[in-house]
Amino acid sequence: MKNSIIEVKKLTKKFGDFTAVNNISFSVTKGEIFGFLGPNGAGKTTSIKMLTTLLHPTSGTILLDGHDTVTAKNKVRESFGIVFQDQSLDDEFTAAENMEFHGVLYKVPSALRKQRTEELLKIVELWDRRNDLVKQFSGGMKRRLEIARGLLHHPKILFLDEPTVGLDPQTRNHIWNYILNLNKKEKVTVFFTTHYMEEADRVACQVTIVDHGKIIAQGTPAELKKKSKTKTLEDAFIKLTGKSLRDEDASDIESLRNQKKMWRR
Amino acid sequence: MGPIYIMWLRQLKRYSRSRARMIGSLGQPLIFLLAFGFGFGHIYEKAGGGDYLQFLAPGVISMAVLFTAVFSGIELIWDRQFGFLKETLVAPVSRLNIMIGRTLGGATVAMLQGIIVLVISLLFGFRPNLQSILISLLFMFLIALLFTALGTALASQLNDMQSFPLIMNFLVMPLFFFSGAIFPLKGVTPVLTIVASCNPLAYGVDGLRASFGGDSFYGMGMDFLVLGLFSAFFVTLGSYLFSKIEI
Repeated sequence: MKNSIIEVKKLTKKFGDFTAVNNISFSVTKGEIFGFLGPNGAGKTTSIKMLTTLLHPTSGTILLDGHDTVTAKNKVRESFGIVFQDQSLDDEFTAAENMEFHGVLYKVPSALRKQRTEELLKIVELWDRRNDLVKQFSGGMKRRLEIARGLLHHPKILFLDEPTVGLDPQTRNHIWNYILNLNKKEKVTVFFTTHYMEEADRVACQVTIVDHGKIIAQGTPAELKKKSKTKTLEDAFIKLTGKSLRDEDASDIESLRNQKKMWRR
Repeated sequence: MGPIYIMWLRQLKRYSRSRARMIGSLGQPLIFLLAFGFGFGHIYEKAGGGDYLQFLAPGVISMAVLFTAVFSGIELIWDRQFGFLKETLVAPVSRLNIMIGRTLGGATVAMLQGIIVLVISLLFGFRPNLQSILISLLFMFLIALLFTALGTALASQLNDMQSFPLIMNFLVMPLFFFSGAIFPLKGVTPVLTIVASCNPLAYGVDGLRASFGGDSFYGMGMDFLVLGLFSAFFVTLGSYLFSKIEI
């Protein structure tokens, strides 16, 4: 048995008749950077929600740092940090307040909180805007703040659900450097999803490709390329998952945003 | 700084930053004070009830607290839809503490709103006995706590704002109108008395009115007891439902 920090066994999640995640098992070694890839609607986000205690599995078990995500939720929550795919900031708060709120919830000591807030907001180039309300930020700025906040406490496991989507190459580079450094220095295990295959190829030690809720390939990026006889991970990915486009349920967030505007009037 | 404190602070900051909401939610109590207070005043007096404004003001203050409290609780739906809820749900803090901080914050906001309406009604000619203001504040706080917790409990079961009008028209409005806030419970048809006695707000209004020196229908001790029990029940229910939220 290797030294694994995430153990997923026969994990299944059904929503009514639809099976989003279908009997998947995998493990992630401590200190590893683990890429969890798949087309839209493959079950990546659903899996991450189960890994992070936000959803109950229909069946199967997950151990995070040795604790079960269903029976020992609080222990599990102490072991990880997460950058969500969609927004989870408070719009009515400033950037600095969002950072502070997070720091308090995660019990980061005050001095360290201030030091890291400055460091991280400078990395994502929001330090000058720290006292502006988040609702005045553009989509990219919110994304950057979201990542900076997720890195504020240094957890054992860091979940990143499409962290760099919509960011320019410079910012992506800065952020990955910070994460790689965190991984190297503090042995933080990184579990990420992305649609940028070259990104996965560059940073991931291990890659798992899921499609239609099932694991279809596992291995290092080099192994996957070799197995599928392709030159890039992108080609390997397309060869493994096929060329058809995927549907994903549209969220009703847009209609809700409009509703909110109406209520506030 | 603990998690409960920061959740409490968040509710207060959000409140103080939305002036429109603060002013907007004063509209309704003002209309009630003006239309009912001055509209029915002379009929009430002719019927031998005394000064209607003295009777009505505690009811209108309770209304302001009730509406703000339910809305504070319901705001959880926004947090869910705009993603912020996830941030609190994955944090290494027990959901009980998050719910408590949030509910105390919402209740504080609702109480502040009630105090503002109290001041306004003083300007309109309300002359309460302010000697036991602490007891008045306690009743306002209990009403606020109860209905913020109720709002949170409801919101934890809802995914979007579609059912908000339903809650307003079939829960909050009846709670208010059948509470004895605008008419005395004494002497009304027994059906209404029975309905009111099942309504926690009736005890809140009654207790608040009594603390201001008005006539009490149930007796202040009874008011306090029933209101306290209802509050404890809804805080417990809200905490339980909140802890079960999945996203």
